[in-house]
Amino acid sequence: MLSYWTGVATLTGIYLIATLGVSILVGFTGLFSLGHAGFMAIGAYGTALAVKMLHLPFYAAILVGILASMLAGALIGKATLRLKGDYFVIATLAIGECTKLLIENIPSITGGARGLADIPRKTNFFVVWTILVIVVVLLHRFLNAKHGRGCVAVREEELAAKSIGIDTTRTKMLSLLISCALCGMAGGLLAGYMGYLYPIMFTMAKSNELTMTVILGGAGSLTGTILAGLVLIPLPEYLRIESAEEWRMVLYGVLVVIVVVFKPSGLMGNKEFTVSGLLRRLKKWFSKEKRNGEKGAGERG
Amino acid sequence: MLHVQKLSYAYKKIQALTDVSFELRDGEIMSIIGANGAGKSTLMKCIAGVLKTQENAVQLDGRPLARRPHQVVQHGVVLVPEGRWIFPGLSVEENLEIGAYVVGSSKQGKERAFTMFPKLKDRRRQRAGTLSGGEQQMLAIARGLMSDPKIIMLDEPSLGLAPLIVNDIFSIIQQINREGVSVLLVEQNARKALNVADRACVLEQGRIVKQGTGSELASDESIISAYLGGKK
Repeated sequence: MLSYWTGVATLTGIYLIATLGVSILVGFTGLFSLGHAGFMAIGAYGTALAVKMLHLPFYAAILVGILASMLAGALIGKATLRLKGDYFVIATLAIGECTKLLIENIPSITGGARGLADIPRKTNFFVVWTILVIVVVLLHRFLNAKHGRGCVAVREEELAAKSIGIDTTRTKMLSLLISCALCGMAGGLLAGYMGYLYPIMFTMAKSNELTMTVILGGAGSLTGTILAGLVLIPLPEYLRIESAEEWRMVLYGVLVVIVVVFKPSGLMGNKEFTVSGLLRRLKKWFSKEKRNGEKGAGERG
Repeated sequence: MLHVQKLSYAYKKIQALTDVSFELRDGEIMSIIGANGAGKSTLMKCIAGVLKTQENAVQLDGRPLARRPHQVVQHGVVLVPEGRWIFPGLSVEENLEIGAYVVGSSKQGKERAFTMFPKLKDRRRQRAGTLSGGEQQMLAIARGLMSDPKIIMLDEPSLGLAPLIVNDIFSIIQQINREGVSVLLVEQNARKALNVADRACVLEQGRIVKQGTGSELASDESIISAYLGGKK
């Protein structure tokens, strides 16, 4: 039982790394993506093939996966990031689906729909969560430095960002590459954890889940993404206990409706979760309760 | 220091600017006045690199000015665009911090902005989108100054503001100028623009039809009747 929950925690960590990548792109830079599972697939298959065909050690192979994913990102970014409008979203949608179809249709290399097996299982809980913590720290520092602020400026108002000297195309590209690198890494870790890969692990539904988690957590909040991810990614596993997996999509739908109606900016909005912030909130809430209590008592008296 | 030479620009088939030439000298305020559609904002965008013009049309200190917006800012020329364009979802302070993007973070710059605009200091944690129009304009100007420019270009800073606030904005423009920043000002409020200007140009249908000192133009008969509402 313990090993089962360690497994759930490991997978959660892996998908959280990917979600954080999507958060930088969708949440902080304001570029919508519907195909980031494709970048995960490129990272996963890149890593697996580098191990199996080039006989690289696993961690060098992950690097190959990351680079392959960034290369794919750079190509669609180069083509679409200069354009205004929805071209970028469409391109991400295309790359997500194309990647999956390509993998299915070159069985000689990728194993096709039957999958790719016998990948050395080198990933475990500690590796994943150590990497996750490092990623969170690095992203936090990135967002509070020059280029991270540039991303937020691009999301808020592109023309204003240009007028204060931000190269908006480069900023968007940077953000896209970061998200591709993280998704590629998550893919590589996934390959090393599962030991096998199938194209159906990287469907459009998976891409949507990544983007939806970011939006539910709050676009522009790293802690919001983490909180939402910790709840939503292992959701099917909680539900499995009462064999209610089919209810997952219903729950997703209900959650999206609740958030859109009551807090359109997501769980955390664009605020970060801090302990001092929480204490301040609680203090405010308690003093209000107390005042209300006194008022109630006064009326009764 | 800023030299514009025979600058032309066309939106597809519509010629917006034809052979515009003028010079902004070190430390002066220059106003460009003109009616709607005369090409004033187009001119600003061309200089700022938002719109592409022919090479060498704009020169800074004898060298051609860069042609991409972020490079123009790095060269010390900053545009405060028409309609303010602040970052509405960020706080006043965050807006200012992003303004210092090209110079890295600048504590001094923020202090300077807050002494120049005390109102912004009171509202530093407030979301910029909730400020009044005048405060937003001040924030836009303050943010432009954060990159420590040599030249600041203001596109219609008085647009849509109450008369009293307009007076504030113009006295701030003069204050900025006294601190050594050259100002290129585009305005529809011709009387005010000519009052503060050392020199001025009149733009009509994409051409400069008159140039002179501010007071010269303010006493010019044809300008009085066309832009200053008849009798003085």
